[in-house]
Amino acid sequence: MKHCIEVKDLTKQYNKVNVVDHVSFQVNEKEVFGLLGHNGAGKSTMIDCMLGLCKPESGTAMVLGVKASEKRKNLFEQVGVQLQQSHYQDVIKVKEICEEISILYKHPVDYHVLLKQFHLDTFSNHKVKDLSGGERQKLSVVLALIPNPKVIFLDELTTGLDVAARHEVWNNLNALKAEGLTIFLTTHYMEEAEKLCDRILILKRGKAVAKGSVQAVIASSPYQSLEEAYLWYMGEEIV
Amino acid sequence: MVYGRGDSMRKVLTLLKIEGKLALRCPDGIIFGVGMPAGILFLIAVIGGNNNAFGSDYTFLQSGFASLLTVGICATAFMGIPLALADYRDKKILKHFFVTPVSPMLMLGVQVMIGMLTSIISASIIAILSIVCFNYQMSGNFIYFIGAYFLVMFSMYSIGMLIASVCKTTRIANLVTTFVYFPMIFLSGATIPYEMFPKTLQKVANVLPLTHGIKLLKQVSLGINGDQFIFSILLLLIFTIVGVVLSIVLFKWD
Repeated sequence: MKHCIEVKDLTKQYNKVNVVDHVSFQVNEKEVFGLLGHNGAGKSTMIDCMLGLCKPESGTAMVLGVKASEKRKNLFEQVGVQLQQSHYQDVIKVKEICEEISILYKHPVDYHVLLKQFHLDTFSNHKVKDLSGGERQKLSVVLALIPNPKVIFLDELTTGLDVAARHEVWNNLNALKAEGLTIFLTTHYMEEAEKLCDRILILKRGKAVAKGSVQAVIASSPYQSLEEAYLWYMGEEIV
Repeated sequence: MVYGRGDSMRKVLTLLKIEGKLALRCPDGIIFGVGMPAGILFLIAVIGGNNNAFGSDYTFLQSGFASLLTVGICATAFMGIPLALADYRDKKILKHFFVTPVSPMLMLGVQVMIGMLTSIISASIIAILSIVCFNYQMSGNFIYFIGAYFLVMFSMYSIGMLIASVCKTTRIANLVTTFVYFPMIFLSGATIPYEMFPKTLQKVANVLPLTHGIKLLKQVSLGINGDQFIFSILLLLIFTIVGVVLSIVLFKWD
């Protein structure tokens, strides 16, 4: 099986502290891979390093066989990204941000179709800042899908969403998974990892403490649920 | 399903259309770039009018016309362009553009084009007001004058682009633009005539590239064959090239 993403011995420091500490993993084609960890565990830093937004102290991160920092323009023709807490221009409308992002790619998908698929077509004349949290997160997935990507990165996509909105987003992602899209996501919801991910990696203060399929990660702990196993890996007391 | 072919001209026009609309929705920068020079024009024309300036053989209006055209350039170069990009950087909007195939040049270029349109509108309004209301007539060559105007614009924009490329936050950009904009606008002769300055202050003003730009514009508009012509042109060209190259090399996304 081909590796879509390959991270080898990646280390990133801030103020001489290892925020990401010698982490290695691969993501296979058509796989949903989840990076789990507390807030501040180094999840976003990891994504930043993989996307070329920051330079690691050592190790490499390859996406679709290239380093993002070296082949940025080529790579992002084929990779969609939703950044944690996506921000948009103050007064921009939904259709305007879609049009603006679409024109940057050589072969974009028709964003009207995507808006419809995510039930956002009725909002296309609304300002992005007037959307609800769930609608805005769905829009950020739409924008990540515009390049018709081979891989998408989703950084804490469902944080702050209510239960209904979260389930709707999960349904959308499962549909994308069924279509064969490779997804790399970070989350701190165990339910999300169980519903979506083929394999997971648990990050604790920058170090990988568990890696494998959800069942395998649970099996190598003394517990039966991912939530309990996760807390056990994190070294928290389970009441 | 394929929506476009990434044709670069259409790319530029689409971004210009959308970013232009966004600029019009918060038009404070545009009002400043267009309204302020028009206001000063009225003051100069009403107070000084067609009297001869500083014992010379040209009028206050003839002297002020060229310098007022640069006020719109300054407002967009040192406020509009850098503040727009610093705001995008501050709000992580640029980070979002980083993960697309867009180039820094396109990001800068679109804001520069919005600035150019604002400056040209500002300059046109001043020209129309001067000619229609105050009987302004240019004694120099109009084509040369247009050339000099764009040279001044490009050199000032290259400085603005550099500030736009490197300022990490809106707060820093505000500080830097204040320290660049106000000396430029008050000491270069753009608003207060250079001829009114004492000799020492004139020496200080000569350090500013805009002072040379305004001298050039004035000489061309008055039809004077200045001895510093070549020097001013070279200086502005060097500023343009260095500024543009540095701003693209040093561009920060985050």
